[in-house]
Amino acid sequence: MAETVLETEGLTMRFGGVVAVDNVSLKLAARELRCLIGPNGAGKSTFFKCLCGLLTPTDGRVYLRGEDTTGWETHQIAALGVGIKMQVPSVMDGLSVHENIWMAARRHDDTAGANDRAEEVIARLALGPIARSPLARLAHGERQRVELGIVMAADPWLVLLDEPAAGMTAEEVARMGEIIREMTRTAAVLIVEHDMQFIRALASTVTVFHRGRVLMEDHVDRVMADPVVRDVYLGKQA
Amino acid sequence: MTGATRRDTALVVILGAALILGLPLVIDTHVLTLLVAYGMLALSLGLIWGFGGVLCFGQAAFFGLGAYTFAIAGINIGESTLPLILAVLVPAGFALVLGAMMFYGRLGDVYLAVITLVVSLILFRWLNTTAGPAYVIGNARLGGFNGIPGFPILNVPGRPDLMIWGEPLYYAAAVTLLVVFLLVSWLLRSSFGRIAIGIRENEERVALLGYDIRARKTVLFAIGAAIAGLAGALYATWAEVVTPTLFSLQQSAEIIIWCIVGGLGTRFGPILGAAVLAYLKFALGQQSVIDNMFILGLVLVLFVLFLPRGIAPELARLGAWATGSRRRPARRRPPPAGVADG
Repeated sequence: MAETVLETEGLTMRFGGVVAVDNVSLKLAARELRCLIGPNGAGKSTFFKCLCGLLTPTDGRVYLRGEDTTGWETHQIAALGVGIKMQVPSVMDGLSVHENIWMAARRHDDTAGANDRAEEVIARLALGPIARSPLARLAHGERQRVELGIVMAADPWLVLLDEPAAGMTAEEVARMGEIIREMTRTAAVLIVEHDMQFIRALASTVTVFHRGRVLMEDHVDRVMADPVVRDVYLGKQA
Repeated sequence: MTGATRRDTALVVILGAALILGLPLVIDTHVLTLLVAYGMLALSLGLIWGFGGVLCFGQAAFFGLGAYTFAIAGINIGESTLPLILAVLVPAGFALVLGAMMFYGRLGDVYLAVITLVVSLILFRWLNTTAGPAYVIGNARLGGFNGIPGFPILNVPGRPDLMIWGEPLYYAAAVTLLVVFLLVSWLLRSSFGRIAIGIRENEERVALLGYDIRARKTVLFAIGAAIAGLAGALYATWAEVVTPTLFSLQQSAEIIIWCIVGGLGTRFGPILGAAVLAYLKFALGQQSVIDNMFILGLVLVLFVLFLPRGIAPELARLGAWATGSRRRPARRRPPPAGVADG
């Protein structure tokens, strides 16, 4: 049994009278790939924000590699070796691709080491031709790819991605899938996603959220075949 | 990278030396010294606002604190070397505390501007009420709205009898500004500076990379205050009197106008803006047909409308255009990234 890198224990988040996340206990093993799905308002994104320190849960605990990180600041969690990508592409628009990726690598390395690491990531993601362009000039898909590069550059052991495939072309989604597969060689990856095709292609374990609770947790094929899941989620979409 | 750095440093030193030696032929050194002090003040805000994204509406507070520290410590100590150092450290320490309160309190940009403005106004109001004999620090009377006159001016370190004033003061101040400029350039090239620019661009992303935004902003804020304090000390030794108007709303507003007109996000722009506008104000002050503030307001409005990026970036573009036809054959390729710098 692989080491557990992420564990939540009865995680609950209330906003006034609304219970967005209700008593969720989840475990993620090292180098595991896991997708979180669920209809709008199921609490996926709130759960995600609790994990990366953007929200402090009302109740319950978060453990990263056995360390209790509940209520930690985002930068402290990221500094542990957790790569995070939010739903909206969040990059440094005025700076070049290289500078963006360099800054991520610099957190865990010295200036020269970070330079080498940035070159390596740029080569791996085939960003070479645009390495000196400012992010503001790039297309949406390229920006998403650069943000993945930012996540990779820090060499994380846990990667949290919120809708990485949103707004991308089919070709870009396929490429994204490859990159994520590659990431799982060194890191556990947790993805919040809507795009069912993308999830199918990743063929991972899926956790289904519904009304703040975990409805079921199984391999993607069995989840898709489940009548209850179809009813609460897929049924409404079709 | 090192080659580019060396070229940049050489260019700054050569241009700086040319300006330091050339300007006295055109403008009186007495006026130039004031422009240098204001230029340094503008550079301090240009650093934290233009590169760090921290809009401080009360940069005048650190300027005034530096000037008052220089005067008060000078009266108590009797020479200027230690007071000069204190004039840098006291505003920096004050900014460290104030900055920590604001940044760790997660205040938004607007509240930060308001608080810094209010702090300088509080100092302004309070110093205006210190006319009585009860308000003394050591041997120095604060003197209310008349301020503090007659403190020891700048002297050669270790030689209290060798005062620096007049033309030598101009050269001392200008060389100091050049050194501060080079230090700021070095800071912006360092990892700390590059990450500060990243914070300006996207605070959330930099936090997600694992950097402590609050600590970094606080430190940058204190560095800006230290430079403003040094500018204040230069101003004090030039004016030979410090008064509460250093903390006034007008002073705070002018610094921001200098930065906007000169060009935010450049190192040279704020200094240029300060020099041009302060000289304009000086020239306009010698006539009484048109009100001074009216002209300055007009200049600001015209710049915001027609040259929103400021003088320095436009000059840089002009320079690139003049030499660019030969140096840039591949025009369709995107230009190299990085901040516009003048």
